[in-house]
Amino acid sequence: MAQIVIKNIRKEFGSFTAVQSSSFTIEDGEFFMLLGPSGCGKTTTLRMIAGLELPTSGEIFINGQEVSQKPASQRDIAFVFQMFALYPHMNVRKNISYPLVSQGMPKAQVKAKVEEVAQILGITSLLDRPVGGLSGGDRQRVALGRAIVRNPACFLMDEPLGALDAEFREHMAEELRALHDRMGATTVYVTHDQLEAMQMGDKIVVMNHGVVEQFGRPQDIYDWPATTFVANFIGSPPMNFLRFDGSVAAGATAVALSGHSLAIPQTVEAASGALILGVRPENVHLDDTAALRGRILAAEYLGTTQIVTLDTAHGQVKARIGSDTVVRIGDQTGLRLDPRAITLFAPQGRALLSVANQRVLAHG
Amino acid sequence: MSFSITDPSRRQKWIAGILVVTYAIVTLLPLVWIIATGFKTPPDSIAYPPKVFFSPSLEGYVNLFTSRSRVTPEDLAALGPPATWYDAIVRQYDMVITGPSRYGERFLNSVIIGFGSTFLSVFLGTIAAYAFSRFKVPLKDDLLFFILSTRMMPPIAVAIPIFLMYRQLGLNDTHLGMILLYTAVNLSLSVWLLKGFIDEIPIEYEEAALIDGYTRFQAFYKVVLPQAATGIASTAIFCLIFAWNEYAFAVLLTSGDAQTAPPFIPTIIGTGGKDWPAVAAGATLFLVPIMVFTILLRKHLLRGITFGAVRK
Repeated sequence: MAQIVIKNIRKEFGSFTAVQSSSFTIEDGEFFMLLGPSGCGKTTTLRMIAGLELPTSGEIFINGQEVSQKPASQRDIAFVFQMFALYPHMNVRKNISYPLVSQGMPKAQVKAKVEEVAQILGITSLLDRPVGGLSGGDRQRVALGRAIVRNPACFLMDEPLGALDAEFREHMAEELRALHDRMGATTVYVTHDQLEAMQMGDKIVVMNHGVVEQFGRPQDIYDWPATTFVANFIGSPPMNFLRFDGSVAAGATAVALSGHSLAIPQTVEAASGALILGVRPENVHLDDTAALRGRILAAEYLGTTQIVTLDTAHGQVKARIGSDTVVRIGDQTGLRLDPRAITLFAPQGRALLSVANQRVLAHG
Repeated sequence: MSFSITDPSRRQKWIAGILVVTYAIVTLLPLVWIIATGFKTPPDSIAYPPKVFFSPSLEGYVNLFTSRSRVTPEDLAALGPPATWYDAIVRQYDMVITGPSRYGERFLNSVIIGFGSTFLSVFLGTIAAYAFSRFKVPLKDDLLFFILSTRMMPPIAVAIPIFLMYRQLGLNDTHLGMILLYTAVNLSLSVWLLKGFIDEIPIEYEEAALIDGYTRFQAFYKVVLPQAATGIASTAIFCLIFAWNEYAFAVLLTSGDAQTAPPFIPTIIGTGGKDWPAVAAGATLFLVPIMVFTILLRKHLLRGITFGAVRK
């Protein structure tokens, strides 16, 4: 069990920088998500923690030990690959026992360990089967078995559910999380699926273009995104952006949009120019008396809620409202934004500190 | 007529069948002819019209493996009755066996040189292909093209320089020289074929092994090699077929100690008349090892040729 500290890690492939000076800490026992779109550097970061890539610069500490230039075999980690990477020429038992055999563990002990792990994962009946004929879920369990059998300091998982079909993924995600809770081992998990990250993670790092955009608890990241990228990447549908020209002073509690005053959480920073007002769809309410006006373009029925798309003077806005509200396409209506849940972004896309989000966003 | 990918119609099956059978006849007929000629007597072998049905004889095989010399009928009578069945065959022509022919030696040379160079080409090819497939090699594409280009020239174009080089190095007409030469020629084939096979093996297998605590070499040896077995087997067959059948280099660079069977077999004709059955017998036996080797590795060969065409 281990704490992992990443300090100013950087990876260049030729002239391409995959990861730019990233730092974050993974606490002992955490289920930690590396989240981002493809090509954002999350897998490279994971591979550097694993020792499959060596960082160009920076340090990696596993349990206080600097390991950034050590080979994978000396780091006491287990890795679960997206395509499982089960050795195809061995049966399930051999696959699981392989890491133990490499440590020179006595045969009887290996057998007992493998059986114990198979029990945990419910694959005892598969032990003597070749891996070729297994279903995706069973392959995944075998891959997990191979990882947990050695009791490593931490688990590194590279989109382990990516190769499974949607229905089974849900189930496997629960199983993984339950397994983690039971073993209490530090887990670093790479995914591009924000729902998966929110659902399973204790903490999330959101990466983009090799840069850590934000790092924190799923709820904090969802409620108080540090950048427009995070606000847009997380949530489905993503955060609404209302673009307007204006300025806010430090301590302001309202902004002016098209001449109407809109309440916001009290600001700490001042900014001016092409500002962006961000608000989650569930914090947009249809209210005929509200000053901000919009025309209803579409409504998507989702069971208990519906997503209503409105056209406003500041761009399209999506509202998540109860499905019992009757909306008519083409109607004009007012939009009331929950003043407690608004984030203002500076023109470059960085969130402005306010009384509400400064607890989460520690800039500088 | 409806068309379906999965179910060929009766007519399509018939057409396919006829094509396959025709092709088989065209390719197998010369083989059948060679094998049959090996069991004919010399007069039968040159009979016109050709004899399809004949009484088989082992004369060709006896002549292939023996040196004989003609003796007068009186001397022959003085020898007494023939001791063995092959003595009896030879004496019909007023001849006696004076010793074994050189066919056995030449055949053995072919085995040593053929299998030796095949082993070496596949061994070096696997290592080189692994490096090309997995590591950042400077000028990789140029090097691969260069390796391939060594195969673009016909042997006859490079035979003279090689002959001169080999004379300096004392490698002319030696087993080592021929093994090195065939290895050099086959290496381009084996590197290219094996690189394709190794490229198909997901790198994650090795990475998993590295994390499981193995060294790079152990990962290669225990994980990559078993995966590449199919490719290695089919590459070995191709290399062996080339080295086994090679004629041009062999005829130019070997004459005695290291002469392989292909340049030797035609020389049988000259020793004692046009002995076609002996030549045919030599060619027939020469086919056997490669046939056995191919049949043994047949399953790998078929999988090897279609490897990578379909994702599992």
